[in-house]
Amino acid sequence: MEFTLYDYALSGNCYKVRLFASILGVNYEKISVEFHPAAEHKSETMLQISPAGTLPILTVGEMVLSETQAMLFWMAKTYDRSGAWWPNNYDPMAQAMVLQWLGFSGDLTATIGQARLNSLFQTPIDRAKVVKCSVTALRRLEAHLTEQSFEQKKFITGVFPTIADLACFPYVALSGDVGTDPGLEHDSYPAIRNWIYEIKSLPGFIPMPGIFEMHQLKDHEADPTIRQVPEG
Amino acid sequence: MMNPVERAKQDWYPIGIVSDPRRPKRYATRVLGKDIVLETKEEGSLSVSCGDESWEITEAYDHIWTSPSQNPKPLFSIPEENERDRRFVPCGVVHVRCSPLRAVENFLDIAHFPFVHTDVLGSEPHTEVAPYKVNIDETKDEVIATKVKFFQPQAAKSANEGIVTEYIYRVPAPMTAILYKTCPNRDDVLDIISLFVQPIDEDNCAVWPWMALYDDESSMADMVEFQQLIFLQDRNILENQIPKRLPIDPKMEIPTRADLTSVAYRRWLKKSGALYGALIQPAEQSAE
Ligand SMILES: N[C@@H](CCC(=O)N[C@@H](CS)C(=O)NCC(=O)O)C(=O)O
Ligand SMILES: [Fe+2]
Repeated sequence: MEFTLYDYALSGNCYKVRLFASILGVNYEKISVEFHPAAEHKSETMLQISPAGTLPILTVGEMVLSETQAMLFWMAKTYDRSGAWWPNNYDPMAQAMVLQWLGFSGDLTATIGQARLNSLFQTPIDRAKVVKCSVTALRRLEAHLTEQSFEQKKFITGVFPTIADLACFPYVALSGDVGTDPGLEHDSYPAIRNWIYEIKSLPGFIPMPGIFEMHQLKDHEADPTIRQVPEG
Repeated sequence: MMNPVERAKQDWYPIGIVSDPRRPKRYATRVLGKDIVLETKEEGSLSVSCGDESWEITEAYDHIWTSPSQNPKPLFSIPEENERDRRFVPCGVVHVRCSPLRAVENFLDIAHFPFVHTDVLGSEPHTEVAPYKVNIDETKDEVIATKVKFFQPQAAKSANEGIVTEYIYRVPAPMTAILYKTCPNRDDVLDIISLFVQPIDEDNCAVWPWMALYDDESSMADMVEFQQLIFLQDRNILENQIPKRLPIDPKMEIPTRADLTSVAYRRWLKKSGALYGALIQPAEQSAE
């Protein structure tokens, strides 16, 4: 076992680590933490492990990480022999772009991630405001991915995926969990749809609740004109 | 027949978990389209108010229940709650944009397992539901389906291999479903999983799954996670069903699947006038 992950199956942030580990083929120890309803991540025991009081937590030896961006970076540097997931070509600009979009992934947690927790568990938030910011974030990514596509770049920072793609992917893919508010549906974002398709095609891709594998796609997702589920 | 709202007011509805570290002192929620507040006093006592009305309140099966009626029907019984070796697992709440009756109906329908809970509660090609019996227990006024057998790759957190699982379903109240299923590591007892449904209004519900399991191995977090994973898969399906309300008139059905329990459930709802969240006049609800 290479590291320990304190995990919650429904968390998009935890899924980033599970997904990257699967892509890299790394074995790790998974400890489930009852985020809901027990709020076990805020318990004395868990706060002693990570005072941040959030999930996921990645530990290896003395190191304790509570930020997914740091986890993805550490995993890339430790296990990725291709050197593609964290651009390893000593090009400061390429690295800066990855950091830029890793930062954006934090905005996605704060917008779509929060709105989704509210939809699932009714956590108290200013829903209208958070949904509005979620839509703004999606539009920003759509505009960026559209520009990338003009240069035949399928991913956020270039022709290959990096940890920035993995960091942004979960909450973008999960925006449908939030609700049917206008601007959250993937139908309105062709570049995002293509990008989701590319990520789902990566070797080692794994699903999570709300994010299906390609062959599992429900009819209504494969073809947005079909929305009827057979009755009876 | 009594109007659907008046009928619905006679039942108890879950609105919280008794020991929830996160519930605010004044917790606002909705039941049957009404805004209510669950207040937890300093000394721990609980009360529910709706405007200047105060609603009945009780605690059972790790949950807090309320009813708008001064004289509600008795809360259903789950005698196994006295078996002290069971692990009692409240699984939290998940909000779903569908009728409360839809959530119950989906829970009763075993035929969706291979397609929705693939490789966990069902798998292809084992999609056949063997013939089984459904009855209405007239004395208890419950729907009961017995001896539903199904092959499951992973019947519970505690299952190490695929097993043929036997199910018994009980619907003791319009918005409650309880199932008894084979316990993967013991043949002398059955595990219990129930769905307690809070009707937010006719098109929205909050689902509180609760389990009473024989499992000495799994952590609480593992058991809760297993159930939440499954329920999130259901949520995806439920939110895409059209119409949002449960069609009750059998003529509206296009029976495509073996779905005896669901049919019995709908008949029982119709007979008892429990039509809050049901679609009775199809012309009035247009597709979204
Ligand atoms: N900055 C952290 C945030 C992680 C996060 O927000 N995790 C959520 C679950 S997905 C959480 O634990 N929230 C609890 C809280 O914020 O109190 C990261 O990127 O990993
Ligand atoms: Fe299901």
